[in-house]
Amino acid sequence: MLKARIIPCLDVKDGRVVKGVNFVNLRDAGDPVEIAKAYDKAGADELCFLDITATHENRGIIFDVVKRTAEACFMPLTVGGGVRSTEDIRKLLLAGADKVSINTAAVKSRDFVRQAAEKFGSQCVVVAIDAKQVSPGQWQIFTHGGRNPTGIDAIAFAREVVALGAGELLVTSMDRDGTGRGFDIALMRAITDEVRVPVIASGGVGTLDHLVEGIKDGHATAVLAASIFHFGTFTIAEAKNHMAHRGIPMRRDSL
Amino acid sequence: MSVVIIDYGSGNLHSAAKAFERAKRDSGSNATIEVTSDPGHVRRAERIVLPGVAAFRDCRDGLRAVSGMWETLEEEVTRRGKPFLGICVGMQLMATRGLEHVETQGFNWIAGDVKVIDPKDPSLKIPHMGWNTLDVARPHALFDGIPLGSQGLHAYFVHSYHMALANKAPLVATADYGGAVTAFIARDNMAGSQFHPEKSQSLGLALIANFLKWRP
Repeated sequence: MLKARIIPCLDVKDGRVVKGVNFVNLRDAGDPVEIAKAYDKAGADELCFLDITATHENRGIIFDVVKRTAEACFMPLTVGGGVRSTEDIRKLLLAGADKVSINTAAVKSRDFVRQAAEKFGSQCVVVAIDAKQVSPGQWQIFTHGGRNPTGIDAIAFAREVVALGAGELLVTSMDRDGTGRGFDIALMRAITDEVRVPVIASGGVGTLDHLVEGIKDGHATAVLAASIFHFGTFTIAEAKNHMAHRGIPMRRDSL
Repeated sequence: MSVVIIDYGSGNLHSAAKAFERAKRDSGSNATIEVTSDPGHVRRAERIVLPGVAAFRDCRDGLRAVSGMWETLEEEVTRRGKPFLGICVGMQLMATRGLEHVETQGFNWIAGDVKVIDPKDPSLKIPHMGWNTLDVARPHALFDGIPLGSQGLHAYFVHSYHMALANKAPLVATADYGGAVTAFIARDNMAGSQFHPEKSQSLGLALIANFLKWRP
């Protein structure tokens, strides 16, 4: 039976993890590779790096981080942030990423999604959708970390990028992100019921019940979280045990 | 003992190579692991791995575009009997035909067509993406020592098509996704994995270690 996935997400800036991590005794809590190894050991189902590198010059550093992670972790790795061209994708895949997450570039050019899927296969194209509620039952796409409105309807956009070949969607509620109040279930549901591809729920996790809700009520097939794991509020094992206890099939091979 | 992983421009060979290196170290194997697009190296190697991501037709065209590679594989695998492992689309290419987008001929080492998966439950998403357990159809050396079945270890899948076998003889394992999905096949010196051993943590590393010492 296919299991629900838990995906810790690390924000990486110039090769270092920002929003520190203090959940285990790491020699270097700023090193994304060290943290990736710890999550691998802890039973995470996939990993996600979000590269928020400020300058173009430091962009190359993420390739080295991905390469070193892929040497140590034999699990799927998604990399997002600043993916703008098929050349960016090629470099990330060659470095060892399994999937790339495309955000702003997909909003700017839907054709980029089609090109990416045709060239590398839908299985490695994740479209990240950052959405904010604008009225009841209506959400709009925002870019640049939720600062820039686009006027694009989130549900229509989801439908469109899937038709162009996106193999998975990463849906983040900008209203909930960082609040610890739980996923925007109505948003998740509006998208998961609309598309046939897997959807990762993101933004707002504060408790283990929120993870359960993302799968059970939001119909997501994976849940992404950052701070609850990074700050040691909960371990991956605690999250998986809780979700399994609430009837969600979970992979617990190494727990 | 030398192992080649065939590079024909399809996807992420870095992680495949690293997983083989790791399995080799862990199992004390003396294998050398090489990523190559040179048919000469494939002829000299003792074991062959064919990975593959993207669409069936693209992979077939990519492999055909490497001069002499298709014929070399036919020769080394079917006539010289070298241990062979196909991964994901690399496994699917072992079939008679691929029916993804357009009809495309495969190696025809295993009789069957590669077809879209069609879960009975319409709420199940496509691709079949994530960790699934394996149901054993028959024992095989590549799974020696690996706990399988619903309480066993998990394998990482990401695919929308699978091999619909013309007969069940090559079937080694399936995964349940609204019906049985072909997960692992084998015949003589050939084996094929729909899931990604190089991404499947302990199950994957154990399977690779078994491949490195496999004596079909």
